Amino acid sequence: MSGNHQTLALLLFSVFVAVTLGITTWVSRNRHGSAEEFYAGGRLFSPMENGFAISGDYMSAASFLGVTGLIALFGYDGLLYVVGFLVAWLVVLFLVAELVRNCGRFTLADVVAARMSERPVRIAAGTSSVTVSVLYLVAQMVGAGSLVALLLGGTSEAARNWTVIGVGALMVIYVSLGGMRATTWIQIVKAVLLMGGAIALTVLVLVRFHGDLNELLRSAADRSGHGDAFLAPGLKYGGGWTARFDFISLGLALVLGTAGLPHILSRFYTVPTARAARRSVVWAIGLIGSFYLMTFVLGFGAAAIVGPEAVRGSNAAGNTAVPLLALDLGGGANSTGGTVLFAIVAAIAFATILAVVAGITLASSASVAHDLYASLRRRRAKPRSEVAVARTAAVGIGVVAIALGLLAQDLNVAFLVGLAFAVAASANLPVLLYSLFWRGFTTRGAVWAVYGGLVPALVLVLLSPVVSGSPESLFPGANFQYFPLQNPGLVSIPLGFIAGWLGTVTSAEPPDEAKHAETEVRSLTGAGAV
Amino acid sequence: MEKHDGRDTGKVRFDDPWYDALASGWGELDGTGAPAPAVLSADPEHERRAGGTADVYLEVQRSAAFQEVRSRYRRFVVPGVAVFFTWYVGYVVTATTAPDFMARPVAGAVNVAMVAGLGQFLTTFLFTWAYARHARLRRDRAALDLRWDTQELTRGARGGER
Repeated sequence: MSGNHQTLALLLFSVFVAVTLGITTWVSRNRHGSAEEFYAGGRLFSPMENGFAISGDYMSAASFLGVTGLIALFGYDGLLYVVGFLVAWLVVLFLVAELVRNCGRFTLADVVAARMSERPVRIAAGTSSVTVSVLYLVAQMVGAGSLVALLLGGTSEAARNWTVIGVGALMVIYVSLGGMRATTWIQIVKAVLLMGGAIALTVLVLVRFHGDLNELLRSAADRSGHGDAFLAPGLKYGGGWTARFDFISLGLALVLGTAGLPHILSRFYTVPTARAARRSVVWAIGLIGSFYLMTFVLGFGAAAIVGPEAVRGSNAAGNTAVPLLALDLGGGANSTGGTVLFAIVAAIAFATILAVVAGITLASSASVAHDLYASLRRRRAKPRSEVAVARTAAVGIGVVAIALGLLAQDLNVAFLVGLAFAVAASANLPVLLYSLFWRGFTTRGAVWAVYGGLVPALVLVLLSPVVSGSPESLFPGANFQYFPLQNPGLVSIPLGFIAGWLGTVTSAEPPDEAKHAETEVRSLTGAGAV
Repeated sequence: MEKHDGRDTGKVRFDDPWYDALASGWGELDGTGAPAPAVLSADPEHERRAGGTADVYLEVQRSAAFQEVRSRYRRFVVPGVAVFFTWYVGYVVTATTAPDFMARPVAGAVNVAMVAGLGQFLTTFLFTWAYARHARLRRDRAALDLRWDTQELTRGARGGER
């Protein structure tokens, strides 16, 4: 890469950082430091604003960089991710968004704890929320690292590591100073930038192929070296039965995981009513759906124009397909157009990572302060000190995410996100659905549902080929691989549901009818909602 | 007209003049006017007997108005989830177990897999639209009335405790 790329991209990125830091200071100029303000931004965002912010939160580096890379390398099998990411929103819209807005205050644990004995449930749900958030954060950090590796020439290990550290430091500043209000505005700005960038690139790809999608698919298939197989499922997940089950597992995790992601759930608390929460999800589905339709064009466009070999040469996992596509669309490596477009896309991808990282950090610091800290040290947790704890927690989570992000540099971002979704679907979704819909659910059932999904999901990942036993593993030297699938969802999601059921039927305490009535009435009518 | 139709909260009035103006956000407070206490009028003795808010919620849960809202929600959501989840799982399983079928060409470079994938997008948009419409027309109004009734009752119950 020439020096021009770097200078311009770094300049644009600095502008974005400056603007977002400006937003953060402007928003926090007269903050009250109340929990309501810090975790939920005062709950006064409009459905459209929240819809954009949800899209900004959800369309992560995994979508923009990871999925397009997978499509460019494996064709149709990359597209399967996109479908799962989108259909998942129906689960959120139908079963979760409105009811959670009505029942909870700041976190997932609020919804469950309303019905149950508070302390054990909060600790369980808080632990799983933090775990999911950290896994998701690692994915974003890896995305940042591979982007900068491309930008600065690929070889500089130090530059890559410093980027990961820098991104982590920035997110801590946004979150601890600006809270939910600043985070939301950063996400809105980012969603607009990302949509704009995706639209521009999609139009350029379509212009290159004279608007003929058929021609685009043909060239992608020819260039890939796989022919028509590139346009059908099976290239990545078609091998043996292990690979097929792995894919079904991933599919389940994607569609069920979204509804258990803490940073998505916390977004519903930023609007005043359940009705507004529903309308923000409708906005989000519209935005996310159109974005994913564009990644389809961009992925096949990268395969057709850049070629899988060049993509793989730049980053083995495919994470840099879109910036390379931009370079080519603008006129090639040594043209002004290519330089500008490349820089813009790289800056947008940075912005994407920063915004998502801020959202997750905020949600997980809320879990630490509002659920874990408040339960473990109830006496001393006054509202003001809770926000102070949340700010400190943001720093701690930042450090953990940076450390893990440095460790996991060579894994595909979309794949890492798949793991986070699997854990969310196993540990958070069962307890949430049972609390909202099952009359007989008890405290023990809730605690078992969380740990019964969380522990198997994590253990299966540890025993999977991701961590050891194959050349692409995190620890290629060791071999303690006993579980064949890369994604644990197929086993751990049912285990979470079964554990919740088992805990409930074996518990000695009878279910609390009155509290169930309260949850049901509140969730469907909004009575007593904050 | 609006003051005395509390028992009708179960039925949605499509011709309600300010129904469409029922804005999201704090505007909803204004939209209600003075809500008729459907739950209260169903059991006027309740307020005096109420021992606490827990009883209020049980009371509301048993009321016909609430059960109507709940069954409307469930009648839409349960089949809806069943259909889109089956369609999605069917798609994923077919893609993994029958790649030859998915690779069958439809038109030009477009094959069955492409059509099915784009079909998932289309059905997601359709389901979203249908759910939002159903909730807006069949649920919002009744739920809002119940919300104020319930809050009135809980306020009464809390007052009774003091």
